[in-house]
Amino acid sequence: MIQLNALTFAYANQKPIFQDFSWEVQRGETWAVLGPSGCGKSTLLYLIAGLRFPTAGNVLINGERITRPRPHTGLIIQEYGLLHWATVRENAQLGLRIRGFYGPDGTHAPQDFQPSLNVDPWLDRLRLLPHAEKYPGQLSGGQRQRTAIARTLALEPDLLLMDEPFSSLDAPTREDLQNLTLELQGEQNLTLLIVTHTIEEAAILGKKILLLGEPPNTHPRVIENPQAGSDNFRGSDAYMNICRDLRAQMELP
Amino acid sequence: MKRRDLIYAVLALFTIWHIAAWMIDQPILPSPIEVIPAFFRELGGDLLPHFAVSLWRVFASTALAILLASPAGLILGQSPRMNALFSPLIYLLYPIPKVVLVPVLILLFGLGDMPKIAIIFIILFFQILVLVRDQAASLRPELIQSVRSLGAGRRALFRYVYLPASLPAILTGLRQSVGTAVAVLYVAELFATQRGLGYYIYLKGSTLFDYPAMYAGIMAMSLLGLGLYFSVDWLERKLCPWEFAK
Repeated sequence: MIQLNALTFAYANQKPIFQDFSWEVQRGETWAVLGPSGCGKSTLLYLIAGLRFPTAGNVLINGERITRPRPHTGLIIQEYGLLHWATVRENAQLGLRIRGFYGPDGTHAPQDFQPSLNVDPWLDRLRLLPHAEKYPGQLSGGQRQRTAIARTLALEPDLLLMDEPFSSLDAPTREDLQNLTLELQGEQNLTLLIVTHTIEEAAILGKKILLLGEPPNTHPRVIENPQAGSDNFRGSDAYMNICRDLRAQMELP
Repeated sequence: MKRRDLIYAVLALFTIWHIAAWMIDQPILPSPIEVIPAFFRELGGDLLPHFAVSLWRVFASTALAILLASPAGLILGQSPRMNALFSPLIYLLYPIPKVVLVPVLILLFGLGDMPKIAIIFIILFFQILVLVRDQAASLRPELIQSVRSLGAGRRALFRYVYLPASLPAILTGLRQSVGTAVAVLYVAELFATQRGLGYYIYLKGSTLFDYPAMYAGIMAMSLLGLGLYFSVDWLERKLCPWEFAK
């Protein structure tokens, strides 16, 4: 589904973060992208989202070159992603409103877009209906991120990109949302890419884990983690092993 | 603010005024007991038309300032290049006390409403421009990127992000400038006009020596400022309900 072909990317006057980097993601896969700060995790996500552009090489999704955000790609960021002047319902409707604003032009909205602002099924699914008229400032961190998820899923994406979405949450909320993400990925048959700096989160969420290191990244280091998402994985030996393996690969003590 | 507190404040103000009038005991400071009936009497006379003229001048200049300063502030706030180009000019013009421009504007625009509207417009314009620009510039790039990922181009970003984000700044600009605007309106209406509260106050006080009527004019001008201030509060509650959500 996603292909990065000989991709090179550098911020102005800085050394490249990716150089001649090729990588592929199949439809329905669940990937965690792991690495230390500054390794280019978020940049990779923004390149796939069509919000940044390669200096050389290209990003293809379903064979189409990405030159702008794609209507069927959803992006969820760590925080600051919600409009603080809009209620939960209005925030969840934002993507649909933007599509309605442009109409089904195939660029900002899919050509088969049917105008609708009904997000209540998603608010219900994400346990947000009782908070629908609240503003983000009145919500907990977990509720805010669930709103961001509702907003993205209301657009019926086939690809979900998440940039450290749970890093500012407390441990129980983080675990709850990790489980919810896996459930939704299965239900919606989403291709999921989640960027994280936490080894444990990568181990829990990524059936495949892409390890990035000090730039420039020239080739993908991929760790298979097929049991991620299975029942009782958190307490299993397989989970402990993959965490140990990741720690070793990242050369952490 | 509670309505009850406001009533207490008005009563306190009138009491202090009454005591001061009683102590000074000069025609130049009549008691509110004398001024309040004069106010209602004058309303039935020529005070109301003068009030309406002043209100129109403030309303027109405010509307014009919002209509021009808000988009200009939004453009500067979301375009670092444009901001770099214009900010030295704004930096130079912003601190100039605009009231000194009253004679220039009268010479430029003549005797009608235009110079009065123009002077208030200039005051409000800079205040709103700077606040809206800073508000738009302070929006986090993560928020903009996240809304762009939903398909928003420049137009949708203006409509769904920059415009609503700037509403509180527009209203703050109005609130901060409304007192100055009414004060400058008074000065502007002293020159080359026979209409407006500034002219009315000057005429009643300095020409006719009708001090209760002069104070009725001052009360009307205070009510104009107060009314505008309350209107901004009301608009803020209507347009920015998230600011009051607990």
